[in-house]
Amino acid sequence: MPVVTYLEAIRQALFEEMERDPNVFLMGEDIGVYGGAFKVTEGLYERFGKDRVIDTPISEAAIVGAACGAAMMGLRPVVEMQFIDFISCAFDMLTNFAATSRYRQNIGIPIVVRGPCGGGVRGGPFHSQNVESFFLNTPGLKMVAPATAYDAKGLLKAAIRDDDPVLYFEHKFLYRRIKEDLPHEEYIVPIGKARVARQGSTLSIITYGAMVYTALETAELLAKEGIDIEVIDLRSLLPYDEEAVLTSVAKTNKVILLHEATRTGGYAGELAATIAEKAFEYLDGPIVRVTAPDTPVPYSPPLEDYFLPSVEKLAKAARRLAEY
Amino acid sequence: MVELTKQQYIDLYYYMRLTRSLEERLTILFRQNKVIGGLYRSLGQEATAVGTAYALSKGDILSPLIRDLGAMLVRGALPREIFMQYMAREGGGSRGRDLNIHIADLERGFIGPISHLGDMVSVTAGLALGARLKAKNIVTMVYVGDGATSTGAFHEGVNLIAVLNLPTIIVMEHNGYAFSTPTEQQCAVRDLIEKAKAYGIPGYIVDGNDVVACYEVARQAVDRARQGGGPTMIEAKTFRMLGHAQHDDQRYVPKDLLEYWKTKDPIDNYKRVLEQKDILKSDELDQLDRRIAEYLDEELAIAEASPFPDPASLLEGVYKEPIRNASSHLP
Repeated sequence: MPVVTYLEAIRQALFEEMERDPNVFLMGEDIGVYGGAFKVTEGLYERFGKDRVIDTPISEAAIVGAACGAAMMGLRPVVEMQFIDFISCAFDMLTNFAATSRYRQNIGIPIVVRGPCGGGVRGGPFHSQNVESFFLNTPGLKMVAPATAYDAKGLLKAAIRDDDPVLYFEHKFLYRRIKEDLPHEEYIVPIGKARVARQGSTLSIITYGAMVYTALETAELLAKEGIDIEVIDLRSLLPYDEEAVLTSVAKTNKVILLHEATRTGGYAGELAATIAEKAFEYLDGPIVRVTAPDTPVPYSPPLEDYFLPSVEKLAKAARRLAEY
Repeated sequence: MVELTKQQYIDLYYYMRLTRSLEERLTILFRQNKVIGGLYRSLGQEATAVGTAYALSKGDILSPLIRDLGAMLVRGALPREIFMQYMAREGGGSRGRDLNIHIADLERGFIGPISHLGDMVSVTAGLALGARLKAKNIVTMVYVGDGATSTGAFHEGVNLIAVLNLPTIIVMEHNGYAFSTPTEQQCAVRDLIEKAKAYGIPGYIVDGNDVVACYEVARQAVDRARQGGGPTMIEAKTFRMLGHAQHDDQRYVPKDLLEYWKTKDPIDNYKRVLEQKDILKSDELDQLDRRIAEYLDEELAIAEASPFPDPASLLEGVYKEPIRNASSHLP
């Protein structure tokens, strides 16, 4: 099995889906001749031509709007946000048009909007964001956030084949750091299914994206202290695998909700509410959130390192909860 | 330019008259509290919507604005659908999920607008782009008001249309006011069409109250687009003869302006054209009006028979397949 990076896995999914279905095409800024700011679409312009790999003006709203229109005509557009931070420029199109179209006018919008999210690369306030909470309160959208190369490929294929709009968050910190053997044969990772990244019994850490690795590293560290941590990688955020979350909580009776995005109104709040509503009887301790604090993403390394949830901070929270 | 046939001249009258009569019925229904929410009239602007939409062919798609009911009717929307939409009934195209003319039918060639102005410009661009990728030679048309030309969505959309050289016609309906804001407080150009130059798109001004002129300028644009000549912007100069919606008495509009534009009523003036050209005599016009009234009676009866939507259907249609957790959010 060939070893591929997280980034290459995304590129493979695009390539294979474009080979499979002539209705799949790409739109975005600098994705054609240049191959994308991170080179995710490298080689696709040469293979599929300018009609299916469309370089656009810097107009995120119009790109998404045009993707919606093309989707109505039976196409399967995949839009790249050069950084996912810029998706806020297309917020209106996504939340008001794409998300409501099926409900209002019985026309589905099968688009994928993908882009690099997350910090740890000294990108500062506008090249490091995690935007899932902006969209969590919008029925009609789906959201996925793969942590592994395997899932990056399988979830992108699922997103492209999905009949509803999917936001696909790829973590830029993982692009070239994660390398895996991927199967030769075709596979799909279904939207809405979580993965148990590590079995454990003392407490559960529920997370997604790059924080999966922070959670796993913490689990290895605390294993030496006799704290046996289960790590759930959600993979899909909207819809999410409620069953997997509740099953893990029922098993370990203690839970930490971990994400890189900021705290107030963050994704962990939604998970906490569901756990409190549906698994209250199983809890032997408080539901704990470990998140970034409520600030913009800072630029300078000491600031950003302090901002991001770290193994140290997570281990401290896990020890305290284990003792509770 | 292809000369209009007698039937086409009559069609243009029919759709303008149908628009106005349908809206007059809606006004009565509004006063009877049968219309749920606001009612937006196109009184005085019927020629723009009807004339431009009439230039499209089967397979083409337009996206109207709130005051383009006439364009929807030209594309085959039925009065019963409009009645049901305004009365929030199950049988309306949105099944009671959205208001007024916010309905779509790609087969007949219209997609309703959303309320966020300017957004439909890029969506309509996408329809044309999608058709191009599927090797279908269609033209799309999008309507914006003077107010919408101030939005970022309008700018991004028109610019994308221009850069991709899409077969999309942008009809700017310059009706003097965006809600209560006059155009001079909307933008600093006197003629909206000046904006076309900035996008590198040909632009034409037309008398928006002259239905034949609207048809002709749109037809030329549509023919050019269909032959690969790219987009066109059209500024139709017209006037909104009623308030923004039924609740608005438009006291902010100078009376003399309304008096002036009353003399330019698109239907009154077109009646004279039809009589002068000996296409329809006065009594034949009256007869056609009566037929339209009877047709609307029948359509309204059908609409009133449509039930309100069942609350049990609330969750249907958010996603293609319902997401598993959805039912747990119900009380």
